[in-house]
Amino acid sequence: MRSKWPERLLLLPATVWLLVMLVLPLAVVLVFSFGERGPAGGYVPAFTLAQYANLPARFTAFKNTLTLAPLGTFAALIVAYPLAYFLAVKANPRVKTILLVMIIVPFWTSILIRTYAWIFILGGQGIPKLLAMGGLEGIRLINTPTAVLIGIIYGYLPLMVFPIYVSLEKLDKRLLEASEDLGSSPLRTFRNVTLPLSMPGIATGCMLVFILLMGEFLVPALLGGGKVFFIGNALVDLFLQSRNWAYGSAVAATLVIVMLVVVSIYMKLVMRGTNQRKDMSLL
Amino acid sequence: MKHKLATPSASDTPVVSFSGVWKRYGVIVAARDLNFSVQPGEFLSLLGPSGCGKTTSLRMMAGFDQPSEGEVYLEGERVNGVPAYRRPVNMVFQHYALFPHLDISDNIAYGLRQRSPRPSGEYIEKRIAEILQLVRLEGFEQRRIWELSGGQQQRVALARALINQPKVLLLDEPLAALDRKLRREMQIELQNLQRNVGITFVLVTHDQEEALSMSDRVCIMRDGEIVQIGSPLDLYDRPKNKYVADFVGKSNFFEGHVKQVNASYIDVQLDCGVTISTVPSVEMDQHHAGSRVSVSVRPEQLILARDEKQLPEDCVIKLKARVLNRIFLGEHTEYLLRDESLGEFLALSPRQNEVSESPFETSEIVHVAWGREASLVLGDD
Repeated sequence: MRSKWPERLLLLPATVWLLVMLVLPLAVVLVFSFGERGPAGGYVPAFTLAQYANLPARFTAFKNTLTLAPLGTFAALIVAYPLAYFLAVKANPRVKTILLVMIIVPFWTSILIRTYAWIFILGGQGIPKLLAMGGLEGIRLINTPTAVLIGIIYGYLPLMVFPIYVSLEKLDKRLLEASEDLGSSPLRTFRNVTLPLSMPGIATGCMLVFILLMGEFLVPALLGGGKVFFIGNALVDLFLQSRNWAYGSAVAATLVIVMLVVVSIYMKLVMRGTNQRKDMSLL
Repeated sequence: MKHKLATPSASDTPVVSFSGVWKRYGVIVAARDLNFSVQPGEFLSLLGPSGCGKTTSLRMMAGFDQPSEGEVYLEGERVNGVPAYRRPVNMVFQHYALFPHLDISDNIAYGLRQRSPRPSGEYIEKRIAEILQLVRLEGFEQRRIWELSGGQQQRVALARALINQPKVLLLDEPLAALDRKLRREMQIELQNLQRNVGITFVLVTHDQEEALSMSDRVCIMRDGEIVQIGSPLDLYDRPKNKYVADFVGKSNFFEGHVKQVNASYIDVQLDCGVTISTVPSVEMDQHHAGSRVSVSVRPEQLILARDEKQLPEDCVIKLKARVLNRIFLGEHTEYLLRDESLGEFLALSPRQNEVSESPFETSEIVHVAWGREASLVLGDD
């Protein structure tokens, strides 16, 4: 029998990393969530469910996250799919390269700076002013859920575009001809062949964007102007401002549990949708 | 040659007909003034090297490409501009292009389900069962594409196209992906299938053996043009020019010029000085004294003997040649011979000739001869 030691040795760094950087902090969060806030902030050991009982106080943050994260994911999908389709199926090689570079280049600048730019675009001197010149007065964008959604779509678009682009790129174009040859109009060919075969890309893109959105705090903080609060903002506030570590831990633990539930339901649905597929390229 | 039909009726209308069809991609000409038609129930092959326009022609029949000039007719109806999904033809793709997200029965039923009104589930199921029986894949309904072998996938691709009862079945190099032995089997199967279902087949291939063994007629193409259309026998025995003679089977070519045109034969003086009597592969009047020509002699038409007396009397040429190489091919032996004046040439000798005598050895001197009918003087390229 082949020795398993080399494999174990190679897996050791990753195992240690995950234990120290993921499992241990999660355990700490869980322990803290049953504790109490110290007089000067921080954490005092205790065993109480008081922090969890207090969760409804942060209901708005949960509500905002759980509506804007799926909505943002969906909006990003709607915007990304046609772009990915154009890139993978329609664009000629030159246009394709230019567009791919245009999608990637913004990553060279910090998301913070790019989101700041949106403050001016959506602010009083930006799009609303343009609209006012066109006769649409009194439109407010900045510090609204719409602004947060726009920021989300902008920031997360590449994460959605690339997995879909890859799955569409892999798609054998002869299958589209075969479908057309068998009497399917282009629209039905899209529904019957292109869409089902790009499902792995859609599933991966949605998963990536959704998970990251659940922990998002930058976009709502900058474009939501303290009016559109995500759980991420609540956590920043609780840990850094009010230094209520115990309550913050309870909120964080709840977020993790909600994510686990949502993601496992999602995975189950996706698996059922694409079961028996040999080329499961999900995640 | 054009046939005039005395009483044109529905069944006489060609299934596919090209009339002055050109296809240009920018400055590249993929099809050049194509004129041909396919008769109902016929098995036609488009044969030629890659880039000869055969696939472009097929795609214009399917509706994936539209001609730049000229007309394409399906059963007498002009179909220029009609997209593929509105044409009553189906195609078997080179690498099958089966849908990986559907099982075998859904792949096969795909075409029926696109119809409107959509046929009933019962009807579709009945047809699937029938067609699976036809391609000998009973019980494979629920299998997935990747569970099948190449030959089985090929048969699913056929079933998926045939279930729609197309006016023409277009086959784009359908056997190219199969190994040699399986390809032989599928050739026979395809031929039987075509006879059984009575559907017109148009096959695209670069494999001359495939084209010759399966089709009723073969259309040989080059650089977007049709060089010659005819039955396999016609093409083999009466190749129009050197290109066809070379593409269809093996041949020895000798260059020369016409010395004299006689009533039924032509005297050609070969460049080596020998004058031989030949028959023309095309119309006699194409040849004039003095014009440059190629003479084709099929290797199997050469008569080899150890003793000069064994050669027949009425040969147009008799010579002695040295055996350079011998290749055993089973029922035949192929010899590479060399004659001082003619140069190197091939001869194919049937096995039974060699049973009485022992086969010729390398560097042995043998007597070679052939008759007038064996030497074809070819038309211009």
